[in-house]
Amino acid sequence: MAVDRTRLPPLGPDPTFTFPDIRKRALPNGLRVWTVEHHDVPLVAILLILPVGAAADPHERPGLAAMTGDMLDEGCGSYSALDIHDALGRLGAQFDVEIGSDAMVLSLTTLARFTKDGLGLVADIARVPRFEQREFERVRELRLTRLLQLRDLAPAVADRAFARLVYQNHPYGHLPIGTEESLRTMTLDEVTAFHRRWFAPGRATIVAVGDALHDDLFEAVARTFADWTAGDADMTLGVDPSGADPPSVVPERLALVDRPGSAQSELRIGHAAAPRNTPDYHALLVLNMILGGQFVSRINLNLREDKGYTYGARTSFEFRRGRGPFILQASVQSDATASAIREALGEVTAIRGSRPPTDDELVLARRALTRGYPRNFETAEQVARATAQLALYGLPDDYFSQFVARVSAVDASEVIRVANAHLDPARLVTVVVGDRDRIGPSLAALNLGASEMAAT
Amino acid sequence: MHIPFVKHTLSNGLDVIVHEDRGCPIVGISVWYHVGSKNEVPGRTGFAHLFEHLMFEGSEHHDRGYFHPLQEAGASLNGSTNADRTNYWEVVPSNAVELALWMESDRMGYLLAALTETKFNNQRDVVLNERRQNYENRPYGMAAMALVAALYPSDHPYHWLTIGSAEDLRAADIADVRAFFRTYYHPANASVAVAGDIDPDVALELVEKYFGEIPGGPSVPRVTVLPRATAPSRPLVLEDRVELPRLYLAWRTPALFAGGDAELDLVADVLAHGKTSRLYRSLVYDTRVATEVAASQNSRELESFFQIVATAAPGHTLVELERAISDEIERLASGGATAPEMERAQAQSEAQFVHRLQTVGGFSGKADQLNAYNTFLGDPGGFALDLGRYRSVTATTLGEAATAYLGRASRVALSVVPFGAGALALEDSVAVQVS
Repeated sequence: MAVDRTRLPPLGPDPTFTFPDIRKRALPNGLRVWTVEHHDVPLVAILLILPVGAAADPHERPGLAAMTGDMLDEGCGSYSALDIHDALGRLGAQFDVEIGSDAMVLSLTTLARFTKDGLGLVADIARVPRFEQREFERVRELRLTRLLQLRDLAPAVADRAFARLVYQNHPYGHLPIGTEESLRTMTLDEVTAFHRRWFAPGRATIVAVGDALHDDLFEAVARTFADWTAGDADMTLGVDPSGADPPSVVPERLALVDRPGSAQSELRIGHAAAPRNTPDYHALLVLNMILGGQFVSRINLNLREDKGYTYGARTSFEFRRGRGPFILQASVQSDATASAIREALGEVTAIRGSRPPTDDELVLARRALTRGYPRNFETAEQVARATAQLALYGLPDDYFSQFVARVSAVDASEVIRVANAHLDPARLVTVVVGDRDRIGPSLAALNLGASEMAAT
Repeated sequence: MHIPFVKHTLSNGLDVIVHEDRGCPIVGISVWYHVGSKNEVPGRTGFAHLFEHLMFEGSEHHDRGYFHPLQEAGASLNGSTNADRTNYWEVVPSNAVELALWMESDRMGYLLAALTETKFNNQRDVVLNERRQNYENRPYGMAAMALVAALYPSDHPYHWLTIGSAEDLRAADIADVRAFFRTYYHPANASVAVAGDIDPDVALELVEKYFGEIPGGPSVPRVTVLPRATAPSRPLVLEDRVELPRLYLAWRTPALFAGGDAELDLVADVLAHGKTSRLYRSLVYDTRVATEVAASQNSRELESFFQIVATAAPGHTLVELERAISDEIERLASGGATAPEMERAQAQSEAQFVHRLQTVGGFSGKADQLNAYNTFLGDPGGFALDLGRYRSVTATTLGEAATAYLGRASRVALSVVPFGAGALALEDSVAVQVS
């Protein structure tokens, strides 16, 4: 067989793919229980999703949601802080609590034969945390120490400064971990009250995916969570920061956090953009692929493959319940900082009209998104995470099966329209964490103004 | 529990391994070259990894960048270099296997015709920026460099990290690329694994079609090392932009799959995996002298190293940490593991093996695992053997491994402390320079 190397081999017909069948039920206490059968490997992935995250922190108490999440597995029910982890360890289970802006997610992946035991532990963790003062003091110390260490981590410093500058007093204006001042004065009563207020079956969804039958997954959840009655029955919605608009005017276009001796400059460029439920969602995905969402995007090809300024540059729309940010992020060599910012701003501006997407770019972006879609459903945990998105953002039952058609329908005029609607070069905020002495003068030449921010 | 496969070696020496899994309509393709930073020579460290970058910049019959056609087909793809091997992978929809094999075979057979000074210089800049981002600009980012330099003598192939030295990267030139390609990048030093939604006969036929025409190339001499020597006894100190001092303890240990390797992996679990582990409980939970602690057996082809890393809590010293860690190692070495510890370690190890069966491709997917077993054991079917050696570890053999390999006399200790705070290091420390 001689190989024809004059052209790439054509693709075969698209393989068929059946999206997971999600069986949705609810317990009398309001807890939603969604199950998916996934039989490839003898594992079960369980997610308990509560639509309450760092955006629900009281304004004067940033970090409360994250601290509450952290305290859940520091002793619960009949288990001490160490005993609960001993029990998880005996199952070989992986357990985690994640806190984002919009949600708290308890995740457990375990061998299928331990599903009931694993669910029992998750139930204790979510429902009856002990919240002991001694453990609270210890966890607080660890988080304060973490904050201290983050001061030296340029990406963390940049993330914090960006959130503060773009969102100011908005619920998205702080990172989940909170601030030193807030952590120092936080009390255990506040944690207990936060838990009592928000952890209620009527708010939560359990997604159970894995090597078991729908009925068996459901029964296992029902048995462990049926008597969960805490909280008000009618509180079906979590905190909805979409009601609050991000500030329309930002005080600074360019902020520098001085980090003397930095080997590179850490960049964040962006502004508040669209919520997850925007009708422009699919068009924004296509736009992002072209602009900075994949290796062969304009910004990565420019800053990395053409200029060699960075190991990689990327953009993303962080879709949240409220208007999450559009962010460009890159770590660039110090002497190219101003040039990299100029190029990046230029790319964001150009895609709105002066250099609209080409047919090649459009085809590539759409195909990369649609043809690659099934690979997001390979493992039980991937399926569970995808299903959790439906629960968290109230997406329709046919969301997965409509995805390919929706993305395929996005054309050039649509990309240009959403670029103009959701990207505004005049409002882009640039955060630089780098060595002021080396990069200060060249930044001034960008004419974006320049303020200096403290690193905290 | 295993990964069923068929293996076939082409006449040019290329090993081809195929595994069928119809769970999702995707296929993982993994290409391993048995070359890594251990094959570099002093003065050209970092070169194997720089070379990996150039593999994505186009080849003779597709000189337009590697990503575009594959991403358009719906693939995800990447590559990585470590001390022992370089791997490249694609996860493609099952209708794009032929495209991926065309692309992989073109760069295996026909890379140099597309190589230019411009590409070389550009990717060297990218790699220098990768080094700045992941090492120079990161707190404690240079510690690993100092540690391996102290663990291994200067002529040992593990004396340097895969990222290499910036000076060596700048000294490299395009002639080095050509020589490296001819020596290491050919079928006789490579293996291709295909795992997923594909008929094994079809997969073998396609690999034969695209790779069969590439000449085999010279056999690559095996890298050898001298028997382990005792490390220097004085502790080391490195100043860095950090808030809290951190202690690194490291020992040279048996190679991947050698006796003691699995035992030491479980020693690491018992010492520092999870909140019930000995060091977490003692240093972070009970006495709170540390804010975090980790342990790992870093298994590699020629020999491994075992490492414990602990960061002091504010107000505590590395001397306290060192004493507490040494006490726990001593206790484990003399008493072995407890029954609950063994139960947890075995349960976690079984779960990890099951987890590894979930993905066909990507880093550590089944295609990658088949290549790993093939490269390091000469048999893609090593999964069962691998699982078996963990199952056979007992409380006693675990303690014996700690006794045999984690002695105080053979360890390297490195303190990383804030700039100007050299006094926070272990007593009698010697300053080390890394750049």
